[in-house]
Amino acid sequence: MALKIVKGSIDRMFDKNLQDLVRGIRNHKEDEAKYISTCIDEIKQELKQDNIAVKANAVCKLTYLQMLGYDVSWAAFNIVEVMSSSKFTYKRIGYLAASQCFHESTDVIMLTTNQIRKDLSSPNQYDTGVALTGLSCFVTPDLARDLANDIMTLMSHTKPYIRKKAVLIMYKVFLKYPESLRPAFPRLKEKLEDPDPGVQSAAVNVICELARRNPKNYLSLAPLFFKLMTSSTNNWVLIKIIKLFGALTPLEPRLGKKLIEPLTNLIHSTSAMSLLYECVNTVIAVLISLSSGMPNHSASIQLCVQKLRILIEDSDQNLKYLGLLAMSKILKTHPKSVQSHKDLILQCLDDKDESIRLRALDLLYGMVSKKNLMEIVKKLMLHVDKAEGTTYRDELLTKIIDICSQSNYQYITNFEWYISILVELTRLEGTRHGHLIASQMLDVAIRVKAIRAFAVAQMATLLDNAHLLTGNTQRNGICEVLYAAAWICGEFSEHLEEPMVTLEAMLRPKVATLPGHIQAVYVQNAAKLFATVLRGHEGVPADSMVAQETSQLLIDRLPLFVQSSNLEVQERASCILQLVKYIQKLQQKDVEVAEEVTALFAGELNPVAPKAQKKVPVPEGLDLDVWINEPPSGSESEDEGRKSKGKAVFAKEESRHTKPRYTEVDEKELAKRREVRKAEQANNPFYIKASPSSQKVYQDGVGVEHIPVVQIDLSVPLKVPGMPMSDQYVKLEEERRERNKADKKKKKDKKKREKGEKGRRRRGDSGPESEEDITPAHMVDIVTEEMPENALPSDDDDKDPNDPHKALNIDLDKPLADSEKKLPVRSHRPDEVLKSPMEDRQVVEVVPEPKKKTGKEKKEKKDRKKSKEKKKKHKQEEEEDLMGAGSEEPVQPEETKEVAAPPPASTPEAAAAPASTPRTASGMAAVAPDSEPEEAKDTEPEETKSSTHKKKKQKKEKKKKKHHHNHSDGAGDESVQNGTVEEEEPLPPMSNYALLAENSYIKMVCDIQGNLQDGSQVVVSVIFENKCDSFIKSMEFNVLDSLNSKLQRPDGAGPHDGLIVPFQLPPGISNEARFIFSVQNIVMPQKLKGTLTFIVKTDDSSTHEKLDFKLHFTCTSYLITTPCYSDAYSKLLESGDLKGCSLKLEGVNQPFHHLLARICFHHHFSVVERIDSCASMYSRSIQGHHMCLLVKTADQTVSIDAKCDEPGLLGNVLDEIKLTFSQC
Amino acid sequence: MIKAILIFNNHGKPRLIRFYEYFAEDVQQQIIRETFHLVSKRDDNVCNFLEGGSLIGGSDYKLIYRHYATLYFVFCVDSSESELGILDLIQVFVETLDKCFENVCELDLIFHMDKVHFILQEVVMGGMVLETNMNEIVGQVELQNRMEKSEGGFSAAPARAVSAVKNINLPEMPRNINIGDINIKVPSLSPF
Repeated sequence: MALKIVKGSIDRMFDKNLQDLVRGIRNHKEDEAKYISTCIDEIKQELKQDNIAVKANAVCKLTYLQMLGYDVSWAAFNIVEVMSSSKFTYKRIGYLAASQCFHESTDVIMLTTNQIRKDLSSPNQYDTGVALTGLSCFVTPDLARDLANDIMTLMSHTKPYIRKKAVLIMYKVFLKYPESLRPAFPRLKEKLEDPDPGVQSAAVNVICELARRNPKNYLSLAPLFFKLMTSSTNNWVLIKIIKLFGALTPLEPRLGKKLIEPLTNLIHSTSAMSLLYECVNTVIAVLISLSSGMPNHSASIQLCVQKLRILIEDSDQNLKYLGLLAMSKILKTHPKSVQSHKDLILQCLDDKDESIRLRALDLLYGMVSKKNLMEIVKKLMLHVDKAEGTTYRDELLTKIIDICSQSNYQYITNFEWYISILVELTRLEGTRHGHLIASQMLDVAIRVKAIRAFAVAQMATLLDNAHLLTGNTQRNGICEVLYAAAWICGEFSEHLEEPMVTLEAMLRPKVATLPGHIQAVYVQNAAKLFATVLRGHEGVPADSMVAQETSQLLIDRLPLFVQSSNLEVQERASCILQLVKYIQKLQQKDVEVAEEVTALFAGELNPVAPKAQKKVPVPEGLDLDVWINEPPSGSESEDEGRKSKGKAVFAKEESRHTKPRYTEVDEKELAKRREVRKAEQANNPFYIKASPSSQKVYQDGVGVEHIPVVQIDLSVPLKVPGMPMSDQYVKLEEERRERNKADKKKKKDKKKREKGEKGRRRRGDSGPESEEDITPAHMVDIVTEEMPENALPSDDDDKDPNDPHKALNIDLDKPLADSEKKLPVRSHRPDEVLKSPMEDRQVVEVVPEPKKKTGKEKKEKKDRKKSKEKKKKHKQEEEEDLMGAGSEEPVQPEETKEVAAPPPASTPEAAAAPASTPRTASGMAAVAPDSEPEEAKDTEPEETKSSTHKKKKQKKEKKKKKHHHNHSDGAGDESVQNGTVEEEEPLPPMSNYALLAENSYIKMVCDIQGNLQDGSQVVVSVIFENKCDSFIKSMEFNVLDSLNSKLQRPDGAGPHDGLIVPFQLPPGISNEARFIFSVQNIVMPQKLKGTLTFIVKTDDSSTHEKLDFKLHFTCTSYLITTPCYSDAYSKLLESGDLKGCSLKLEGVNQPFHHLLARICFHHHFSVVERIDSCASMYSRSIQGHHMCLLVKTADQTVSIDAKCDEPGLLGNVLDEIKLTFSQC
Repeated sequence: MIKAILIFNNHGKPRLIRFYEYFAEDVQQQIIRETFHLVSKRDDNVCNFLEGGSLIGGSDYKLIYRHYATLYFVFCVDSSESELGILDLIQVFVETLDKCFENVCELDLIFHMDKVHFILQEVVMGGMVLETNMNEIVGQVELQNRMEKSEGGFSAAPARAVSAVKNINLPEMPRNINIGDINIKVPSLSPF
């Protein structure tokens, strides 16, 4: 033995340790991979040894190799081995390795549960600490569920070191297992006031993370945080809290008002920049939330802007960056106060730091106005010239275009200037954004009618100088602009001065080097130009030669394109070539063809909104999901291929959406549409109309005609030496404005003398010149994009459905139900073993759809004090409810097995159920003792969504998602699981909630379910809905007991006392309460008379009201969905104890599976077996009567043969089934 | 939340990587390369924040880094963290390393990746800041090391090897890293 140990340790001396490995790798620089692979082989050998020290050493080396990019997941099991070592030294290495390479799909993780639990409860705090740290990195939903309780216990550990780790890791647990949030939250809240600052900080950290995602659930903590903020001296904690407040204020403006003062104090007093910065940020958030009608906060804004200016002016680049970042937040709501610092921001554009320049650019975007747009863009253009790196230059380019095109070109007063800016931008070599410029050119030319002539002239020049742009087409994205240029020249060719020249330019041989899609546009538009040329020259005898020459030109040049390898180009070219040849023949016969050729391209084009296609409403009666033809079977891949092909065609068409012509739409229709559009535009505030002022300018002669296009020498190459041409427009524009102002001034002077100074201000002073003073240079007709008629409003919700934080949107204010106080503990509760595994399944089931629950829970806000008093009363009720809830769910034998299998002990597994049901139960049934009116109002929109019950039953059913979902789920599951049914068609929505009574104040709907646990109990869930505008409170529910059925009242209450409904109802709100009835005889249906009394409270008065109702206990409500195996079922039938009865239903034309689902759902049956149109079903009463059905269907006739050991009950149930089908 | 912590040297060699979100190994390496590419081309006198970096990206995320002598310390964080706070945290972490390794240099990180991890674990846990008080961190690290020693240590050999290597004089990290430029008072948590 001793020898073995000695031998082992000698061996160890020759093992490489981590340092040896690192050194080895450093010494094998040239064949590192080879060296490492031998090392890995060694490690594999070492891992095979029994000695844990050797293994740990190997695992340690693997961790290093993992960092270098080697996959070490193959050693996962060895890592688990090392983790479970009893020595801290090795354990720590094991956990480290695990935290580096385990993830959710690592299968050995599930082996670690018990080891981790053991470590968590280790007497050694560092064992616990290491386990917590490791777990925080690889926690899975299973681990979270299994260990939540252990971790929660650690939150109250005696050692602060453990407490803070336990508190922090809870966040990860919440993410993976949202059900744990509510039970754990009270303790987490306690930790906010932990004596240890580290623990406190951890708790703040966790709550801030939680609150950031779902702030409204944490509003109630605001006072506590407020206290912390004023008392804490820990900057970390302060920063977190202040950030949290920033997230809360948008939801609660009152909080914001309260915050301003302490925050301002902090801003003045703190020396810590980080704190100062966060304070400023939160003040900004507050101001944004208060932005309307809070004039007296301008001081705060000033303070913020001032402080930010100091940050921006600071030499520290970090502060500068953050200052700009915060500035952009103010900009959104208070642009004025930021605009005064334009100088500073423009200065930042010169900064050597790219991050800062980008931030400054962002700011500029929001700072432009009609007045300063040209100036800012000019500045940016300078930067474009200076910028070396292409990424920054591209960024600049997109920013310029963004700035100019924002809100429908709102700030552009002179489109000629804009076009020339775009043309200047085409000089950028190697930019990726050619298509962006191109689309801007197209957009402007199409939508701004007044600019077309100018745009066409510019584009013609571009085409003429195309060789400048296409230097190297491979890397040059800029040639995309030629696409736009060619199209604009072709489409608006009537504005061309010399169409011949342009046509010639478009047919140069060099064009063939352009990308195919551009060539295609060239060819097509050459044809358009050709049409224009013909029209221009026909009729005049002297010019007929020109027309013929043009034809010849096309005939000469087009063959080049006919040979193109690009299909599109080839097709168009050959088509047009033939056309031209034909035209030439006609020309030679002196036939006038111009008109007909022009007709090819007649009609006006309007831009179509990008979402137009999506918004076309689906016509009634058209189901897009229905197959037109039966899908061919077995040719999946082919099918897909076809689909993708179709898609490509569509996408292609879309990219050329400017192409299609609407010539076939008859003129009347067009005229009509135009009328409609005009009317629309007249009412559209964003549509720039011919305002009186611009009209005047027009008359003053600064209109379109006056813009001296001649000034730009178009024949010279684009790069004009000296002054770039857009500058000319800046100058012109200035002059124009000056003149404009002078004019106005004159007029004003005549009227009022004292406003004289205004006009003298120069551009650049942020003078008092208001936006309205600047009139557009010409009437700008920005054509709005077309939308289909009856376009559907509302856009798609862009929220990420996979966000894990969604699941944590859980109301935390509601006090915990007694049973909820503990997380699921896997301990023994033998008396309930029978049914609990299925409840456990429920818990698992809830995980993926926790969202559903929250709506319900929100309305369960309770008043704490009251609920404490009442808790006792409700305790019993709730417990009953839980059981009721549990038993509603069909038990699935197969699933039960599955769930019970993985964990080591099946009994503890089972026992988890009772503790965990409250979550589900409360989710499902919403036992809500008290709802606090004010808070309920805050969350009203959502509440109403989930819980208001509309008058119409169907609507109600839809809204009542939770309930029918669970039920129909159950029903659906069943037929799939137990039977052989394949459910394809969705089941119609179903609900068991039936109207109980209703008056103008309140509406009650109820659902009655048997209670499996107690053969003599029935649970009645009643949803109360407040229908009036007043508050309803002090509801009392009372029922006249019969001999057979009695309402269960709390101990000490008299037999005629009513039950107080444990909540109040604000207007429009509904809530659910449950009542337990004890029944003796379940064979007969029962009716009970009852009364609900309540107080309707309005602002000034309150009145007592009452509502009578009749509770109908059907025999169905005594049945409980119970699954049954087919062998057990046949034994039952063979036993001969059951008595039969049968029923025939005529004229039932529902699908069979719907029919089954209906029986399952409404009458609590489960499908045992289904063969074609025949199914056997089973159910059990609360008193243990078996009930078997054999359902057959043929030709709209359904026959049900039923057997039960209690014929009375059977008869009644069958009657009820009959009733169900007669109703639908 | 902190999404990842990367330490690499001036040549992009990783010295410590710690992802708080799962990425496959090859993706991790790609992230390191890309981050290095982004960070390394920046001057020392520009700001320490970087947006973008497609892999770790998402508009909510930022890279916050510091450059000490031969090493870059890069934290990828989302908007719930204070930028200046994280800068300060990096400072605290480096100072802690300095204390634990006595004049920390790149070699310490190279040969004791595991120990650096253990120290980091006392600062950041599961992507959340655990402790910012340097004395507290150092104290806990030392207590754990003492425990390891009492168990006989992981192995005696490395100690010798390290001392041998340490004699090779590689560029040391500056002792007192310029703390003055960011004026955050490291929270003075009272020791317990």
